[in-house]
Amino acid sequence: MTTVQTRSDTLKRFKNLEFILGVLLVGGITLAVVITHWLFPDSGTQVNLTQRLVPPMTEPGIWLGTDALGRDILGRAILGGEISLKVGVYSALGAVILGIVMGLISGYYGGFVDVFVMRFADVQLALPFILLAITFIAVIGGGLTNMIILLIVSQWVQYARLVRGSVLSLRDQEFILSARAIGVHDIRILFQHLLPNLIGPVIVLMTLNVANNILLESSLTFLGLGVDPTIPSWGGMLAEGRTYLQTAWWLSVFPGLAILLTVLGLNLLGDWLRDILDPTGRTSL
Amino acid sequence: MWNFQRLGLELAPDSTEQPVKRNVYVAQAPLLSIQSLSVNFGSNSVVRDLSFDVRAGQTVAIVGESGSGKSITSLSIMRLVHTMNAEITGGRIVFQGDSGAVDLVAQSEKAMRRIRGKDIAMIFQEPMTSLNPVYSIGNQIVEVLRLHENHTRASAREEAVRLLKLVRLSDAESLLKRYPHQLSGGMRQRVMIAMALACKPKVLVADEPTTALDVTIQSQILTIMRDLQREMGMAVIFITHDMGVVAEVADQVVVMREGVKVEEAPVSELFARPQHPYTKALLAAVPKLGSMSGTDLPRIDPLVVMAGDETRSVGTSRVQDTARTGEQPIVEVTDLVTRFNVNKGFFGGVSHRVHAVENVSFSIYPGETLALVGESGSGKSTIGRTLQLLQESTSGDIRFSGKAVADMTRAEKMRLRQQVQYVFQDPFASLDPRKTVGFSIAEPIYTHSLLTGKKAVQKRVEELLERVGLSPDKADRYPHEFSGGQRQRISIARALASRPKLIIADEALSALDVSIQAQIINLMMDLQQEEGLAYLFISHDMAVVEKMSHRVAVMHLGQIVEMGPRRAVFESPAHSYTRRLLSAVPVADPARRTDRPLIEGDIPSPVRAIGDEPERLILQEVAKDHFASIEMQ
Repeated sequence: MTTVQTRSDTLKRFKNLEFILGVLLVGGITLAVVITHWLFPDSGTQVNLTQRLVPPMTEPGIWLGTDALGRDILGRAILGGEISLKVGVYSALGAVILGIVMGLISGYYGGFVDVFVMRFADVQLALPFILLAITFIAVIGGGLTNMIILLIVSQWVQYARLVRGSVLSLRDQEFILSARAIGVHDIRILFQHLLPNLIGPVIVLMTLNVANNILLESSLTFLGLGVDPTIPSWGGMLAEGRTYLQTAWWLSVFPGLAILLTVLGLNLLGDWLRDILDPTGRTSL
Repeated sequence: MWNFQRLGLELAPDSTEQPVKRNVYVAQAPLLSIQSLSVNFGSNSVVRDLSFDVRAGQTVAIVGESGSGKSITSLSIMRLVHTMNAEITGGRIVFQGDSGAVDLVAQSEKAMRRIRGKDIAMIFQEPMTSLNPVYSIGNQIVEVLRLHENHTRASAREEAVRLLKLVRLSDAESLLKRYPHQLSGGMRQRVMIAMALACKPKVLVADEPTTALDVTIQSQILTIMRDLQREMGMAVIFITHDMGVVAEVADQVVVMREGVKVEEAPVSELFARPQHPYTKALLAAVPKLGSMSGTDLPRIDPLVVMAGDETRSVGTSRVQDTARTGEQPIVEVTDLVTRFNVNKGFFGGVSHRVHAVENVSFSIYPGETLALVGESGSGKSTIGRTLQLLQESTSGDIRFSGKAVADMTRAEKMRLRQQVQYVFQDPFASLDPRKTVGFSIAEPIYTHSLLTGKKAVQKRVEELLERVGLSPDKADRYPHEFSGGQRQRISIARALASRPKLIIADEALSALDVSIQAQIINLMMDLQQEEGLAYLFISHDMAVVEKMSHRVAVMHLGQIVEMGPRRAVFESPAHSYTRRLLSAVPVADPARRTDRPLIEGDIPSPVRAIGDEPERLILQEVAKDHFASIEMQ
C-alpha cells in the first residue's frame, strides 16, 4: 500500500514538474518576445557589415554571434519569436476549433452531413499543400493573417478526422445513450459529454502541430509566399543559416533551439492539461 | 409449427448411458498442488497464502466475487500473471508431469512454453476475442497441433476434424475453412475447447468459460465439457462467480474472498453445510429458480450479510403487492414492429433485415414489474430502446397514459423522457467518466427544469444519493472512484431524479456480483413500494426475474411466445421455448444435479432475406391472463 502511495506521489510530483517546466519555457519565451519587442524594437535589425559572422561569446555584447549582415542573432531570435509564435499558436488554435466543430457534427449526426464534410476533407487532403498555398496566396494575397488562415484551412482536416473517429466510438456508449434518454439537448451532449471525453488526443496533436506550423511558415516565407522576408522569424532564420551551415553553425542552431524549447514547453503543458482534464488519472495516448 | 426443429434446436440422442463416475479418486499424489501461493500487484497483495490440490479426473471450482483473486490464480497456474503486471511472490505450484514433479513457479519461461497448451491448457471467458479474427479456424487448430506434437500438415488437419467432432460440432470439414466472425458465440467457445484439448492436456483451466453465453448455450458447453472430462480423465480448474454453475460441474469447491481462501469443501458438503459466514452470505444471496413457487406476488427477502464471524439478516420479508392493474396502463404497446436494414447490396439496395421486434403487444400498469426475458437477439433490448424513444419503430402503436407517441408534440415527447427513465446494463459505461456523479444525477433535473436554484438542486442530489444508500457527501466524486454496485446505485439515483413513473431496467443487474445484485434487487423493490414505480425489467436471468416480477413476457426471435402472471409462466409454462429456457438454468443445488441431455443447436438468427417474413405468432389464452402461442407438435 505504502509504495503505491509513494508511486502516485512521485507521479504527482512529476506532473507538477511538467507543469512548472512548461510554464517556465513557454512563459519565458513569450515574455522575452513581448518585452524585447516593446523595449528594443530595433534590436536584431541593425546591419553592421564590419562585424559579419562573429562566432558566439567572442566579442563583448554579442552573446550568440552575428549573421552575414552583422545582425545580432540573439536580438533576431527574440524578435523572430513574435511571427513564429503568432503563426504557430493562432493557426493551431483556429484549426482545432474548426476541426472539433466539424468533427463533432459529422460524427454525431452522420448521414448526409458526414458524407459531405468528410468527402470535402478528402478532396482537401488530396491537394498538395504547396499547390494549395500558392493558389491561396495568389488569390487573397500574402501577409501574416492570410498565412494563418491558409494554415487553418489546410490543417483543420486532421482534427476533424480525429474527433469524428472518437465520436463514432463514443456515440454508442451507454452514457451518451443515457443522456439522450433523459432528453438532454444535442448541443449539450456534443460539448458537455462528447468533447471532454475526446479532448486528450486533440491537445497532444495540437502541441505537435504548433511546431509544424512554425516550420511551415518558414518554408512559405522561403518561397516568398509568406510574411515579408525582412521581418525575422525562426523559420526564416533557419532557412538563411542553411547556406552557412558548415562555416557558421550558430546562424541556424540558435533559432532551431528556440523552436525546440517552445515546442518542448508546449508539449509539457499539453500533457499536463490532458492529464488534468482526465479525472480518472490514467494516461492515455 | 413451433417445435424444436423450427427453433433450430433439438434434443440429442440420450448421452447418459454411461454411469456417472464422480468422487472416485485414486489415492495418489495430486496432479497439481498449489502450496501457499502469493501474488502481488506491485506492493498490493492480490492472492495470499493460497493452497489447494487438484487430482486427475477431478473438477475444482474456484468461486468468488470480483476482486477475489480467482482469475489471477488461474493465470498464476499458467505462469501468465506478468501479462497483468502482477508477480508471484511466494509459494509453489507442483505439477506431476510425465517426468516427475516440477515446481511451475521455478520453471524457466522456455520450459513453461512447453508445458502451456501441452500439459496445462486454458480457455478464457470471451469467445469473441480469444480467437484470432484474421486466421481461419482450421489454421488456428493446426498451428497448435504442429507446435506441440509431431504432425504433418495433413495429419494435423485430420486431427483438427476429429477434435471439432469431439466438441459436437457438426460439419467439421467445412468449419475448418471458416473465420471466427462467421461462428456464433457458443460455436466459438466450442472451438476454443477443441483447441485447448488438442494436445490432450492433463489439466484444463477454464476461466468463466460460459459467463458470456446464453443459458441454453451455457448448458450445452457445460455438458460437452463434462462428457469430455470423463472421456479423457482430465483435471479441470473451473473459475466462476455463478453458484449455479458450481453446483452443476464441481467436485471440490474453493471459495475465495479478497485474495484469501475462506473455505474449501466437496460440493455437496459446501452447499449443505457452509462453514464460513462469507460462504453462507454468498449462498443466501444467490437467487434460486423455484424459490418463489407457490406464491403469486414477488416478495422482498431480508439480506443475509456477514457480521464478523456470524451472518445476520437485514430487513424484513414483505410481499410486493404494488401493481395497480385497475388503473389506466402507463404504457400500451400494440403490434410493435422494429426492423433494421442490413447487408446493403452493391448498389445500396437492402438485401436483408434484422427482424428485431415483430408484432409485440403488451401493457404495463402503475406499480407493476413486467419482465421481458429471452436470449440474445430476442429483441428485448430493442423494445426498451423503442419505448425510451432512442429507436424508431417500423410500425405499431405505443401509447403512454393513453396518448399515442405518434401524435405527440415536441414538448409532450420531452415530458415523456422525464416520466420514463432507463437504467443501463454496464455500470462502468453508463456514467460519463469526465463528470462528477453529482452532475450526472442533477442532469435530468436541469434538463427538465424541475427545480430552480443551485441550492435546491444540490439538496435534491444529496437526498437521492441517500435514497439509494450512498453517502450524500460523495456528490463531487467521479465515477471511477466507485465500485460497480455503487455505480449502479448512482445510475438508479439519476433515473429517480426526474420523478419517473416507469423505469426501464435493461439487464441492470447482470454485470453485478450476486451479493450486490441482492442488495440492488431489494433497493429496486423498496423504491417501487415507496414511489409507486413501474418497471420494465429486461433480463436473461430467470432466477432474478422470478424474484422481482409481477408479470413475465418470454421473447424469442422478436416475438412474445408466452406472457402471463409470473407464477403461471414459471410453474406451468405453456410454450416449449419457455420450458427449454427454464430447464437450461443451472440450479444452485448439487443434490438436484442431473445428467441432462445435450441441448443441440444454436440460437437462430433474426436476420432474414427481404420477402422472407417471419410467421406471425397467435397468442391464445391458456389460463386466466396467461397467453401462449399455439404450437403444432
